[in-house]
Order: sequence, then C-alpha cells, then structure tokens
Amino acid sequence: MASKVIQAFYNDDDVLMHAVKKVKAAKHHIEEVYCPFPVHGLDKAMGLAPTRIAITSFLYGCVGLTVAIVMMNFIMIKDWPQDIGGKPSFSYIENMPAFVPIMFELTVFFAAHLMVITFYLRSRLWPFKKAENPDVRTTDDHFVMEIEIHGNERELKDLLVGTGAVEINISEKNSH
Amino acid sequence: MYTFSNRLKIGSIILMAVGLLGIIGGFVMAPGTVEEAKAMVASHDDGHGGGHDTAASHDAEMEHGAAAEHGGGHDVSYDEHLLSQLKNRPWAALYVAAFFFMMIALGVLAFYAIQRAAQAGWSPLLFRVMEGITAYLVPGGIIVFVILVLSVLHMNHLFVWMDPEVVAHDELLQGKSGYLNPTFFLIRAAIFLGGWIAYREYSRKLSLKQDESTDNSSFKLNFRISAAFLVFYLISESIMSWDWIMSVEPHWFSTLFGWYIFASMFVSGITVIAMVTIYLKSKGLLPDVNDSHIHDLAKFMFGISIFWTYLWFSQFMLIWYSNIPEEVTYYVTRIQDYKLPFFGMVAMNFLFPVLLLMNSDYKRINWFVVLTGIVILAGHYMDIFNAIMPSTVGDQWFIGIPEIGAILFFAGLFIFWVFRALTTVPLQPKRNPFIEESRHFHY
Repeated sequence: MASKVIQAFYNDDDVLMHAVKKVKAAKHHIEEVYCPFPVHGLDKAMGLAPTRIAITSFLYGCVGLTVAIVMMNFIMIKDWPQDIGGKPSFSYIENMPAFVPIMFELTVFFAAHLMVITFYLRSRLWPFKKAENPDVRTTDDHFVMEIEIHGNERELKDLLVGTGAVEINISEKNSH
Repeated sequence: MYTFSNRLKIGSIILMAVGLLGIIGGFVMAPGTVEEAKAMVASHDDGHGGGHDTAASHDAEMEHGAAAEHGGGHDVSYDEHLLSQLKNRPWAALYVAAFFFMMIALGVLAFYAIQRAAQAGWSPLLFRVMEGITAYLVPGGIIVFVILVLSVLHMNHLFVWMDPEVVAHDELLQGKSGYLNPTFFLIRAAIFLGGWIAYREYSRKLSLKQDESTDNSSFKLNFRISAAFLVFYLISESIMSWDWIMSVEPHWFSTLFGWYIFASMFVSGITVIAMVTIYLKSKGLLPDVNDSHIHDLAKFMFGISIFWTYLWFSQFMLIWYSNIPEEVTYYVTRIQDYKLPFFGMVAMNFLFPVLLLMNSDYKRINWFVVLTGIVILAGHYMDIFNAIMPSTVGDQWFIGIPEIGAILFFAGLFIFWVFRALTTVPLQPKRNPFIEESRHFHY
C-alpha cells in the first residue's frame, strides 16, 4: 500500500509549537517533525516519552567500576602481589586508594562511551548512513511537520493552513 | 511577612536550654585531677579503643612536645596527658559545634555572594532566605571569637602552640611562632570576622534599599561589593582554616586544607538553604518558589558533595601514597582511633548524596531533599569533629553529653536567630532586576 504523507512547512519555532499543539488537539498522529535546531519543549508538546539514556549510562558506569575493581584486584593482588615501593598488596582494600583514579576513570569512560554508542544505535546514526531529510531547507531555516494521510487530505490541509504553514506538500512516504 | 511560629520558637528555646545543660554537664564531669582522670578511663576502658597502645600515646606526646623534658617517668607524663585530653573534651565539643553552625552561615554567605556576582536568574527569590540564614554569622562568629579569646587566655588547651611552656621545648613551634602567636592570631580572626559581617550587613542593607528605590543603583553596587567580597572571602577563608582548624595540629600542614574546609561549609550552607526554603514553602510562605528552585539547590548539594569528596580524597591519597612520616601521623591517629567516624563520614558525605540525589526526579521531591540534607549536615558535623577531636582529645573521644549538648544548644540558637531574622522583612524581594526571571524559573 502506497501511503502518503502531508508535509507542512513553517519558518518560525513558535508557530511550529502552536501548530503541533493544534494538530495534537485535533487528534492527528504526527509522524515526525524536522527542525534545524532543538526547539525547547517540542518533545513535551508532541507527547514523546522521556529518554532513558541516563539510566543506561548509570548502568554502564557500574559495569566500568566493576571492570576496574576486578582487573586491579586480579593483576595487583591475586596474580603477582609484588612489593612495589612498599605499597601493601596483601588485600584489595589495603591498597585501594592507589586504584581509585583508575576506578574513577574507567567508570566515566564506560558511562560516557557506551552511552554515546547507545545513542547512535537507538537513533540509527552511522558514517555512511543515507540522510533522511525531506527537504534541504529543514537544516537551515525551515521546520517541517509530517502527518500521514488516511483519506483525509482535504481536512488535514485546511487544518495545517490554519496553523500558519508557509507551504504544504504531499509526497510518498520515505521508508526508513 | 513571616511570623515566627510559636511552636518553632518554643522548640528552639527548649533546644538551647537542654543544650546548655549538656554543655554545663560536660564541664562539670570533666576531671580536675590526674586521679579522677585515671578513674574515668578505668571505668570506660572496655567501651572503645581497645587499648591505649604505646604508639598512640607516644604519638600524642610528641604532639605536645613534652616527651623528653618530662623525663621523670613515662607514666607520669602519660597521666598528665590523659588529664589534659579529658579536660579538653567539653571545650572541643563546644568549639566543634560553634564552628559548625558559624560555618553554615558563612557558607550561605559565600553562596549568596556568588549568586549576586554571577547575576544568577533563578535565585533572587531565595535572597531573603539566604540573608536570614547569614544573620546567624553575627552571634555565631562572635561566639567562635570568644572561644578563641578564652583559648588565648589559657582557659583551655585546644591549641597547644598557645602554651608558652610547650613552645619553649619545641623547635618546630618556635619556628612557626612568627605566624602562630596569640596576638597576631586574634588580630587575624577579628579582621576576618569583621570583613564577613561587614559585607553581610552592608549587602543586606543594599538589598532592602533596592526594594524601595526607583533605580537599580543599589543592585549594581551590591553586585560590585559581592565580587570584591568573594576575593576577600577566598583569602580569609583559606587563612581562617589554617588558624582555626589546622593549627590544633601545629606540627602538621596541608596545602589544600583551605579548599577542603570551604567545600564542607559550602555544601552545608546550600543544604540549609534548601531545608529552610522547603520549610517556608510548606507553610505557604514562598508561593513563587517551585520545584525547579528546589531541584537547582539539590543539584548544588549533589555537585558540591562530590567536590568535597574529591578534595577529601586528594588530601588523603596524596599523604597516604607518599607516606612521609611528618605528614602521615595526621591520618594514622585518625584511622587508629577514629575508624568509624572517619570512614563513616565519607559514606554520609559522598555515597548517600550521590546515590539519593542522582535521579533528576528525586531532586524535586521535597522530603527526599530534606532527608538527604539531614545526612549531609550530620556528615559535615562529623567532618569538623574529625578535624578537631583527634588533636585535642585523642583517643578519649566519644559522642556523649558534651558533644550532643553543644549541638543542641547551637542548633537552637541557629534556628532562633535565623527565623527571627526572617520575620523582619517580606520573604520575597520586590524589585530585583531578575525577580521576574526567577519567578518563572523552570527547569
């Protein structure tokens, strides 16, 4: 089934915010909004679920901390407990202060890098990815709201013109 | 206008009365003679510490620089040392609590000056709350100063370097006497307290004048003196920490000590701002303060708790790692005799706030912030306790009647003075250039 989408163009983020609220109030499902920069409060107006990336980051940090502790405990205490400059390598806790810088850095390293990778995976971003841009102007000075059409083309068009759209296009849905 | 609720007023007066009894009790219970001291230790001996091993007592003797001279016999000098520790206990308890509450007001003052100098847009709604808390700096600072004067007058033995007999037998202290001498010490203390109180009073005056004026000249002047105060504060706070805290252990020194004490007072101050704000908000007295303001304060509590831990650990780890005997005794005595308070404090000041205040939603839950705040405040009391006690009472420490009495007394005085200051003016500034922004602050 060839599904079609209607694309409404805006040239101001305030107008866009009002339009999003109006379309939501009229109970239409907004497929996507393309913006050249982050619009504060847009996710709330669209009713998007809050991100859970901070939670993943915390868990990755815990993994990093564990890796650091297990690694240093094996190398410095279990495997070859040498006397290096009189540092007490009888147990992990006795020599712990010397390991804290490593524990800290690995926690941060894991938390940061794995979170970034999670972000790329979840937003499907990679170096040779084909850009999913409906119109080049959305990276410069235009905002586009995309709504799927279910045989209500006329009604949607009227609604969107009423919200201050500067241009309205109808196109085949680009599948990604 | 806020009216001091009767329940709170009576509560604070009861705290002061009970605390005063505890303080007096502490002084009455302190032993007067060597025999009494020995009897006390004998009856307490199984309580804590296990044994007063020779290492600890020898260490402490070196501290007082009297080991060689009292040569008559190890036992005699040990007993005298014990007596002086036990006599110090009520004084040290009083000093720790007095300093702790003074430091809260001073931390709030630094935070307030930073908010003014940074022209923060979120905080002007809280300026009256902060000014109310810093009002305690006047009585609190004067009490600390009086205790310092009493030390100089040899009423107590908190600062060994004030004892001319000790200095006469101690070359290290003689070398430092150009800086550590009683007159200069009191002059410095007077200058610091005078500067802090002068800024507090003048800034408060300008802040109130701004409400009534038709232009922003008072606001601008306040901005300038706040920036100037921060320069003065940075220097005076650092020197204050050497004088009032580090010098109880005059053989020891550390370079980042000033910052470390600063972090402690800063986080305690912010915590108290959050708690007083939440209290007043719960009474419906700060209608424009919203969850985002609390969220910001909780973020500061979280961030500065980590900053404190960073400094605590940096100081500890550098000394532990290099293990130079002249520096490391500081931590040796603490880990030997103060294991639980020393490491328990790190849990209270670091683990607890980090885990409880990490979640963004929790920072908006008022009772959660108050709960964490109580732990942070108790933790930073322990921080000052750990800084003062090992050098003054040694292994004879205990958190008993003198300590709790002093905390209750100063807590009562603090509550009484702060909330009385809050009643004098309306709780929200009227015409601050940033007040609208602060009112609509949303995170």
